[in-house]
Amino acid sequence: MSGLILTAALTLSKGFLTLAMAAAAFRILRGPRAQDRVLGMDTLYVNAMLLLLVFGIGSGTTLYFEVALAIGLLGFVATVAMAKFLMRGEVIE
Amino acid sequence: MNALEELPLWAAILTSILLVLGSGLALIGSIGLLRFKTFYERIHAPTLGTTLGLFSILAASMIYFSVGQTRPVVHEILIGIFVTTTTPVTFMFLVQATLYRDRFEGSDPLTGLSDEQRSVKTPARE
Amino acid sequence: MSRWLPFPVISAMLLGTWLLLNESLSIAQILLGSAIAIAGSWILVRLDAPPLLFRRLWIIMRLGLEVFVDMIRSNMRVARLVLKDKRDRTPGFVRIQLNVRSHYSLAVLACIITATPGTSWVAYEPAGNVLVIHVLDLADDDDWGEIIRVRYEGLLKEIFE
Repeated sequence: MSGLILTAALTLSKGFLTLAMAAAAFRILRGPRAQDRVLGMDTLYVNAMLLLLVFGIGSGTTLYFEVALAIGLLGFVATVAMAKFLMRGEVIE
Repeated sequence: MNALEELPLWAAILTSILLVLGSGLALIGSIGLLRFKTFYERIHAPTLGTTLGLFSILAASMIYFSVGQTRPVVHEILIGIFVTTTTPVTFMFLVQATLYRDRFEGSDPLTGLSDEQRSVKTPARE
Repeated sequence: MSRWLPFPVISAMLLGTWLLLNESLSIAQILLGSAIAIAGSWILVRLDAPPLLFRRLWIIMRLGLEVFVDMIRSNMRVARLVLKDKRDRTPGFVRIQLNVRSHYSLAVLACIITATPGTSWVAYEPAGNVLVIHVLDLADDDDWGEIIRVRYEGLLKEIFE
């Protein structure tokens, strides 16, 4: 019984998060300006991190946790670097 | 799917509710990213996924592993602390960059704000 | 605090992070984590960070609870706004005169405002201590300045200043 409920919930939330990633990807493609694309990118990686956490629950290993943490760390640095680039035209002054 | 079957029913229901709530909020946030018309509105949408959406999924993961392995698994708190402190920083950086670019192009969204005029309403435009 | 432990609060946080990451409370991990935590606080000394002192743990917990409840409420509100976009929604910028001045309170206030959906930090003018935020729905003349002053500023002032 609990397996059935969990499998249904896992499938549903994987579907939701995939759709969310698609929406963010659409915003990256659509723009219209550079900052919109960067915001879409930020949303995309947060959704990917959430999807990895859901995968971790589905597979029962805590291995996915470390991947999610790494995505969180790298995504932060990437978005800040891109925002800095939009502001100054270069990342390291 | 044996590991999923061994979980007590209450934990399974709680985990499922939190999972669907969290991913639903992330989806709503991303839909908002598509629907809102200006950048300054769009910046509000993804915060749904990075606050309550993230917390729900982290809580689901913590309950699932703590009950399944019969020992407290709390390292998900780290992702929670990390994302809640870094997301505002990235968003503030992005807003600063946008403000700078808008001013550079001669369309400062903050014109009209002064000590007397405390708020400016921006009409929704494409 | 002293020459050996200049930032006790931050060192304790670093040690806590290390133990959470390794998920163990063994003596070896505590020793290694303490070494890293103390080395980390020396780096902050080189960076000339202003000293951080937490006063009144009770108020910090009250602030955390307040922010959490607020976050849930504004999550629901923004989710509703996304799902049925009403025609008369007016987004806009609001100027707020602040009272707090210390770097740490401003940083925490910035995180709170941006992390709650529906409001985001736009600009800060250090000369007049004025903050500009963007609000997703300026519904029926909510006085956002008053909301922020009452809800957060008093608590922040008690914690950091």
